Amino acid sequence: MSNSKFSRRGVLKTGMVASAGLALPQYLRADSHAGFTNAPGDSEVILGFNVPQTGPYADEGADELRAYELAVEHLNGGGDGGMLGTFSSKALDGTGILGREVKYVTGDTQTKSDAARASARSMIEKDGAVMITGGSSSGVAVAVQALCQEAGVIFMAGLTHSNDTTGKDKRANGFRHFFNSYMSGAALAPVLAANYGTNRKAYHLTADYNWGYTTEEAVKSSTEAMGWETVNAVKTPLTQTDFSSYIAPVLNSGADVLVLNHYGGNMVNSLTNAVQFGLREAQANGQNFEIVVPLYSRLMAKGAGANVKGIFGSTNWHWSLQDAGSQAFVRSFGTKYGFPPSQAAHTTYVQTLLYADAVTRAGSFNPCAVVEALEDFEFDGLGNGPTLYRGADHQCFKDVLVVKGKENPENEFDLLEIVEVTPVDQVTYAPDHPQFAGGALGTCNPGA
Amino acid sequence: MDQFILQILNGLDKGSAYALIALGLTLIFGTLGVVNFAHGALFMLGAFVAVTMSKLLTLSHKVVDETRTDFLGNPLQVDVPYIYDWFGQATGDVIIDWAVPIAIIAAIPVMIAIGFIMERGLIKHFYKRPHADQILVTFGLAIVIQEIVKYFYGANPIPTPAPSAFVGSFDFGVALGFDPNAIIYPYWRLVYFFFSIGIIAAVFAFLQFTTFGMVVRAGMADRETVGLLGIDIDKRFTIMFGIAAAVAGLAGVMYAPINSPNYHMGMDFLVLSFVVVVVGGMGSLPGAVAAGFLLGILESFASMSAVIDILPGINQIIIYLVAIIILLTRPRGLMGRKGVMEE
Amino acid sequence: MLGLEKKDFRLLLIVIGLTMLAPFILNPFPEGSEMAQFNAGYPDLMQRFVIFGIFAIGFNILFGLTGYLSFGHAAFLGAGSYAAVWMFKLLSMNVLPAIALSVLIAGLFSLIIGYVSLRRSGIYFSILTLAFAQMSFALAYSVLTPITGGETGLQLALDDPRIFGASQTATGNIPVPALFGLEMRASYEFSIGNWLFTFNAGYYLAAIFLIGSFYLAIRIFRSPFGMMLRAIKSNQTRMSYTGLNARPYTLAAFVISGMYAGLAGGLMASMDPLAGAERMQWTASGEVVLMTILGGAGTLIGPVLGAGMIKYFENIFSKINDTILHGWFAFLPDGLENFVVAIIHPFIGKGWHLTLGLVFMLVVIFLPGGLVQGGQKIAAMFQRKKPEDAKSKATEPAE
Repeated sequence: MSNSKFSRRGVLKTGMVASAGLALPQYLRADSHAGFTNAPGDSEVILGFNVPQTGPYADEGADELRAYELAVEHLNGGGDGGMLGTFSSKALDGTGILGREVKYVTGDTQTKSDAARASARSMIEKDGAVMITGGSSSGVAVAVQALCQEAGVIFMAGLTHSNDTTGKDKRANGFRHFFNSYMSGAALAPVLAANYGTNRKAYHLTADYNWGYTTEEAVKSSTEAMGWETVNAVKTPLTQTDFSSYIAPVLNSGADVLVLNHYGGNMVNSLTNAVQFGLREAQANGQNFEIVVPLYSRLMAKGAGANVKGIFGSTNWHWSLQDAGSQAFVRSFGTKYGFPPSQAAHTTYVQTLLYADAVTRAGSFNPCAVVEALEDFEFDGLGNGPTLYRGADHQCFKDVLVVKGKENPENEFDLLEIVEVTPVDQVTYAPDHPQFAGGALGTCNPGA
Repeated sequence: MDQFILQILNGLDKGSAYALIALGLTLIFGTLGVVNFAHGALFMLGAFVAVTMSKLLTLSHKVVDETRTDFLGNPLQVDVPYIYDWFGQATGDVIIDWAVPIAIIAAIPVMIAIGFIMERGLIKHFYKRPHADQILVTFGLAIVIQEIVKYFYGANPIPTPAPSAFVGSFDFGVALGFDPNAIIYPYWRLVYFFFSIGIIAAVFAFLQFTTFGMVVRAGMADRETVGLLGIDIDKRFTIMFGIAAAVAGLAGVMYAPINSPNYHMGMDFLVLSFVVVVVGGMGSLPGAVAAGFLLGILESFASMSAVIDILPGINQIIIYLVAIIILLTRPRGLMGRKGVMEE
Repeated sequence: MLGLEKKDFRLLLIVIGLTMLAPFILNPFPEGSEMAQFNAGYPDLMQRFVIFGIFAIGFNILFGLTGYLSFGHAAFLGAGSYAAVWMFKLLSMNVLPAIALSVLIAGLFSLIIGYVSLRRSGIYFSILTLAFAQMSFALAYSVLTPITGGETGLQLALDDPRIFGASQTATGNIPVPALFGLEMRASYEFSIGNWLFTFNAGYYLAAIFLIGSFYLAIRIFRSPFGMMLRAIKSNQTRMSYTGLNARPYTLAAFVISGMYAGLAGGLMASMDPLAGAERMQWTASGEVVLMTILGGAGTLIGPVLGAGMIKYFENIFSKINDTILHGWFAFLPDGLENFVVAIIHPFIGKGWHLTLGLVFMLVVIFLPGGLVQGGQKIAAMFQRKKPEDAKSKATEPAE
């Protein structure tokens, strides 16, 4: 590495030589001559990768960062090209984006909305990033999405599963490839009914914050539509580490299924506790007691160890998928880093490619042009089958994977097995669905 | 009724973890007068002794298995623990299975050594410094310890299961004449409870019945006078710090199977353990233990869905609410001594 | 001048100079150079420096003068931010009413919490404030979601019923906070050669508030009221023997510092209209304690330095990644380059916490009076003539 100018202003240097020595005042937002924030120069474009590097989701953030680096390498024509070869749009040719070399800056969200916004603002104000992407929680995604809308740059969400991101908190400059709570519920319910029957009584433990609420609502309404009954739904504090006092009463409550609307450390601990209490082996109402984890993450499942065996959940993507896109991605990621990518890595890699492709097709970095290119864009070959980026709410619609903790894992990455690929039609909903009500997309903001 | 008994059980179990951490914290507070924000980190280090032990026991060499392939299609490299080579697979599996109990034995010398190094290398220079300086330096130390652990073990929780002999639950319901499954409790948590009681009893016995303990208690009451009597109190304080570290560490080792350890579990417990210590009353060991159990039981009751239905969010704040009520009605917590950390 | 002693007036002038010239001082490296990574002269960070400076100055009025260590001050900052954002949503996008309300709300909130907590002293007081703040955080994050926005924080929306001003701009976007039409995010760039300096409206507004806060803090420190607070710190029992009731004084100090926190919260929301519950968590309260001790508790300028230092590490060190490191050491032979990068790697990017922890320890071990003492040591090296003077200036650290 010899040549690395990580600043938009570095690019402007040539333009400034003319005025060297002279004080040439200029308005920040208008310095691009192009009418939008942080218009890149002629030789390079800067993307901002804003991921959790400290705090409980640091490992997930590290995996996202690996995927971003891989995507940049592929966009610049390095490596084996990964999914560029399988992507249905052939606009990208490995010469960067619109002929500009892709550079990037990184930041730490700390999984706190304040820190995430501070980091995103420094990318926009100091480094001249024209697109921000990343994050590993919905709180951060929603906060940074609003910021990008205000600043006039594109936000490509990373891992965020709450309905709100493309529901009541949607923004015109923000796009989500990851699936959401509603889709998890819609995909899981039929599989649960097929495996556990329709005569079931469910007990929900729900993380007491926005994502937990939307997930509980989604799973509840989908399973109740299948004939299940919800016995009880108890909210658990985010900061809870020991869930024993919430788990202990479950077995005697008349329920025969426990739904854990938890993610990350909460999920690892509540699942571990539930298995400790022997719920997996227990009997209730004359049936085997079952546990369900609506949102699975392989990285987190690893923390729960053998406890995940046989437990159903949903996931956005899994490395064992056999389609050409997934295979290409796993090959290039695995060759570079020595282990298969996580779903967080997949979604961030795909988001970067989708952004680059949209810019190329639009022929401009102008956020409004990018929004137009992404809205109602249909594509394939990125690992989830045919996918639609819906214009009405900037949510991707694609197949959802229902997975199960594997009984006999062959290696440390082989924790989940795919039970069913729920077709996209089954998880599609109207943009004004009650679970997504409120809020408005607004119009794209190019800054100025 | 059965729900009630169940939550008392839960509370005792939770409370024993709180009490154990608060006990160590109070030992350091009371004897050395140091506000130790790194105490949570010691608890976390204890849990990682267990993690390290299971890593050591499964230390492996690679054997290429030509019949299977890995995720990239290359021949699969199977990890074979050295312990299989030495003891055979069956015995090896049993040893690996018992990693956590083995770690307990290892944790005592390791944690005492860490305690000694901390006290001699850093804490001792802060006895005469203001509490604010102690907070800053021990908080800095806690971050450093935490980050070092994160550097080697990552940020994700690491599953550290209990031996398979302890898997499953004991059905109190049947024993007490309720319906089966009404009151079940996991074996490992019962072990944890009795283990905690044992440690607490041992610490109290040590302070009560040994000469060493007598001197330390005298030091807690009036450090200067003890020094005037020609007793080298500093040396004993070093040992005391080592013991406190070992208590925190043992609490951590035993906790590892209950919740998979991660690098920030110490910080999660830090604030809570301070609340427990202060509610118990500064400088009072029985107070710390009593407050630990009290808060544990109240927290369990607050998490019952019948309670949450009436008072939404009570489970979020119960500990702090109780702390406020106790501190407002009893000026020095449950059993605090006058004049300790009151300026 | 302005009712200040000469020495204090000089300090105030220094603060004014530093804040007004910050865009130059914080951007010492030319654009495009490898060192530009260390430039901190961009609007967001400059704003954070002064806002957390205000927060820490206020905290120091309580802690530095009375010795009461509050572990829940972030609750007031959080309450202030929520008040400001609600003001934006309901009243107008002008920042002044929002800031006024946030100071008021934080003042009321601190009056209640202070009244209860100040019934105890020492660590019992600390835990009471901690308990109140943690309760506020937990409830704001969960049950109070309709008022606070919960996990995602309180944000502006396109359909806010704003009484003065439109819900949306002509282009269909959410309006941004402004001072009578001057947008807080508006910036003016100025370049000389390869150097580029950014002058941001929001930063200068916050800086003016900082100067005002600093001036007020000096006046409080030097007033009879300040003397009374110091007397409480040094010996409360003796105070009460003289027939004085200390509580009204400590409560006043508590409320003043709470209002400072509210001001910081209101400014934060004005620069970036979002209020998140994490602002109230104990880690945030702990941060301001660390800022104050790191800079030098009980000194006037110390807390501002401490705030700057912590925010600098958080925002600058966390953004250095391996690629940048390789860029810096590209002049070395390959093997050596990789070695040097591997050595530095654990301390930057995701390891910025480690560096911060080490800094805490080093400062407190070698500079018991905080960063201010470091400054005094350096100053003493240059003016050997008057070592006595330097010594008398040193304010003793608080307990």
